[in-house]
Amino acid sequence: MSIKETLSKGFIKENPVFILLLGLCPTLGVTTSAINGLGMGLATAFVLIMSNLVVSIIKNQIPNKVRIPSFIVIIASFVTIVDLVMNAYVPALHEQLGLFIPLIVVNCVVLGRAEAFASKNTVFNSIIDGLGMGIGFTFALTLLGAVREILGSGAFFGLSVPIYPIDEGGSPVTMLVFVLAPGAFIGLGYLISIMNRISKS
Amino acid sequence: MASKKESTFLTMTMTLFIVTVVAAFSLGSIYNLTKDKIKEAKERKVTDAIRKVLPEFDRLEKSTFVEEGELVQSIYKRDPVADTIILYKAFNEEEFIGTAVKSYTNMGYSGKFWIMLGIDATGKIYNTAVVEHFETPGLGDKMDESKSKFPLQFKGKDPRDFIIRVEKDGGDVDAITAATISSRAFCDAVNRAFEALSIEGGKEL
Repeated sequence: MSIKETLSKGFIKENPVFILLLGLCPTLGVTTSAINGLGMGLATAFVLIMSNLVVSIIKNQIPNKVRIPSFIVIIASFVTIVDLVMNAYVPALHEQLGLFIPLIVVNCVVLGRAEAFASKNTVFNSIIDGLGMGIGFTFALTLLGAVREILGSGAFFGLSVPIYPIDEGGSPVTMLVFVLAPGAFIGLGYLISIMNRISKS
Repeated sequence: MASKKESTFLTMTMTLFIVTVVAAFSLGSIYNLTKDKIKEAKERKVTDAIRKVLPEFDRLEKSTFVEEGELVQSIYKRDPVADTIILYKAFNEEEFIGTAVKSYTNMGYSGKFWIMLGIDATGKIYNTAVVEHFETPGLGDKMDESKSKFPLQFKGKDPRDFIIRVEKDGGDVDAITAATISSRAFCDAVNRAFEALSIEGGKEL
């Protein structure tokens, strides 16, 4: 597989959210706004790339029977690093994502790529795979976050989109359901069908 | 490609040992690097909130704590997970100008959240700020001043003639549309701050 294919397959053909349907918990949970989706996506992408890198380096030193525990420890370490660094330098975003950062540990995308790709491929290809998957995941979360934010809060990356009528309290009348959990499912459902349509044609 | 190591007791133990030691070591160093920054960010958030809820001051006295346990019996009966309420007395040129109270509630839509309430020297609310919350973005987070006019109605109010309860519960507070639970919780936190202040104030004066 060429570098370009490895890199781009995470984006459309094997997009972790839209095609593989992996890591849906953070996808549905944090995407109440575009910036949250972007932040969560980037955090996951970092963990993906780093864990793919480390797993592919040490893949021959790890006995088969303890490979999963070893991978989990490696992934958990990187997640904790992200957690601490975000807490220190972007406290506002960290507060919003809060609970979902530690949950990256059990995100199927990360362990899935470590097991299915990084433990069988070269270091370079593993980094490219992690990068591609990370970008695909970030893209999916940001897109879903943007859709939910525009429909539910009448804003895009925090900037208000003046397409809604204003109530007497001065706030726009939006489709609140999109900010809540059901809106995440509805939005994701439509996005998946659109992505399937695109990837088929 | 070199073949994988065999899974014997020794190799498995050694592998797990090395992986965990390396992980523990790197986490320890990262923790040390970020520790001060995290503390700083937390403190800055609190000071920013105090500055927002009180008129200008030059000295703060973080003198009074309402500790967990001490007052649980009297005012926190209704909530099993008590927390610490912190009172900051503010002075400007040695003149007492008000108290900032960091209060909390457990009644939020996503559990606990923390607010900062500024009460001026006459016992009126000067301003409010949300310190940390997990309420639904787009709904409950409107209790922050930047998002809606909800907190403005508390400004200058005296709890003796302004019942801090949402209208649905027979109070004077106009709740946030579609976020009655968050509004109710906000009122709960405000009331708790006043209760703590009256008890602590009574003790000192």
